[in-house]
Amino acid sequence: MAHNAYITDERIEGSDDGPLDGRTVAVKDNISTAGVRTTCGSDLLSDYVPPYDATVVDRLTAAGATISGKTNMDEFGMGTTTETSAFGPTENPAAPGHVPGGSSGGSAAAVAAGEADLALGTDTGGSVRCPAAFCGVVGIKPTYGLVSRYGLIAYANSLEQIGPIAPSVEEAAELLEVIAGPDDHDATTRDPAVEGADTDYAGAADGDVEGMEIGIPTELVDGADDEVVETFWDAIDELEAQGASYHEVDLPSVEHAVEAYYVIAMSEASSNLARFDGVRYGPEPEYEGNWNEEFAGVREEGFGEEVKRRILLGTYALSAGYHDKYYKKAQDARAWVKQDFDDALTEADVLASPTMPVPPMEMGESLDDPLTMYLADANTTPVNLANLPAISVPAGETDDGLPVGLQFVGPAFGEVDIIRAGSALA
Amino acid sequence: MSDSAVEPEDVRHVASLARVDLDDEEVDRFVEQFADILDYFETLDEVPEVDSETDLANVMRADEVRDSLTQDEALRNAPDSEDGFFKGPKVS
Repeated sequence: MAHNAYITDERIEGSDDGPLDGRTVAVKDNISTAGVRTTCGSDLLSDYVPPYDATVVDRLTAAGATISGKTNMDEFGMGTTTETSAFGPTENPAAPGHVPGGSSGGSAAAVAAGEADLALGTDTGGSVRCPAAFCGVVGIKPTYGLVSRYGLIAYANSLEQIGPIAPSVEEAAELLEVIAGPDDHDATTRDPAVEGADTDYAGAADGDVEGMEIGIPTELVDGADDEVVETFWDAIDELEAQGASYHEVDLPSVEHAVEAYYVIAMSEASSNLARFDGVRYGPEPEYEGNWNEEFAGVREEGFGEEVKRRILLGTYALSAGYHDKYYKKAQDARAWVKQDFDDALTEADVLASPTMPVPPMEMGESLDDPLTMYLADANTTPVNLANLPAISVPAGETDDGLPVGLQFVGPAFGEVDIIRAGSALA
Repeated sequence: MSDSAVEPEDVRHVASLARVDLDDEEVDRFVEQFADILDYFETLDEVPEVDSETDLANVMRADEVRDSLTQDEALRNAPDSEDGFFKGPKVS
């Protein structure tokens, strides 16, 4: 456990047989496990023990998987480096001294270090794909509605999905097959079969990209570091050699995706996190005062700085006089992004870009400058705004040996397309 | 908060709306960071109005009694409870 990948290493045994029999799965610590504490990486929930299992946890154990423990994460999923956890930062096993990416950094690190066969993360603005890219493993952000969020402690409901992390595309696809599908407990889930979609995800990992058309959004390549861009184009060359072809596409809306994402995510967070008032769960209050004073005291003590920053900015964006200026505009940007992606995907099977515009940062490097950190999410956030599926696969390394990830984005419920494209590389 | 500058009182006001106490150092840091971040959010002004026709459908379930948590389970994580109730601070 050298990388601080786990917050809690209690095992949960699965049933005796099933497609994941004999495999271990590490589960991000914002996914509820009955009887096993679930902290969200926060002091406020450091002793919280859920009375029920998330749907994905039920499906894992029914499929024969053993849950190896609960993994470290940015507090409440808010961060790009897994350094804002109340339980200390996680280190990147694939690049010692560097961050594993966030916010599912513990899950990606557990897989990269071989401490679990597979893992689950959650992706609100890139939190499965970013750590997958930084740790040199595979991560899938499913189409919104494919995987149940029942039992996921919410950060930004309209954006987030639970997704698999694995050493290979085929293993990630096998895990997705187990957790995907409608759930009576989550009314936002949809049945991919009813949508006319193919759900043989593992079977799609056949590496066959002959005749595949790839669209490359120039906006998502131009802003990236030179070495990242170089690695990206080498991977595209390899796909071309295997029979795929590509063309460049223009997505003007993505220039506004990051700010739209943060306005929407922070607004939803300010509402979702209002439940943490120290009455139903949380630390025992020691304040003398009325409800509001005690509530504010518990939250000052229990929440870390990034969480407070987002709650305050979200409260501000939703407050009288600013709602139209920020929140409504962000919803316009969201519709524009969706339209741009849908258009581009009529001319291409998948869209490709670097997953992250930068290689993994050094630990401690970027904590003091939140805005710079937010901008690192430029390539992943548009996908969540558009509710589309995306995969990050290893594309190679920089000269210093730092992993670089490549992202494929597909049409809604087009998981098989991105899995097939990704399997040609990893 | 005005468009041009974020004042400490603004941060304190939002913090009180959000029920989060802040210490003075946090207020100072947030004043600086919020100015940068809100400036950046202003670029949303360049976004055109977009017609989006979202397909919405009601998702209903039958209104039937189902199993739920027991009272003990629901209270298990509460720092303070009494006679099957959550115990909280006085309201005013």
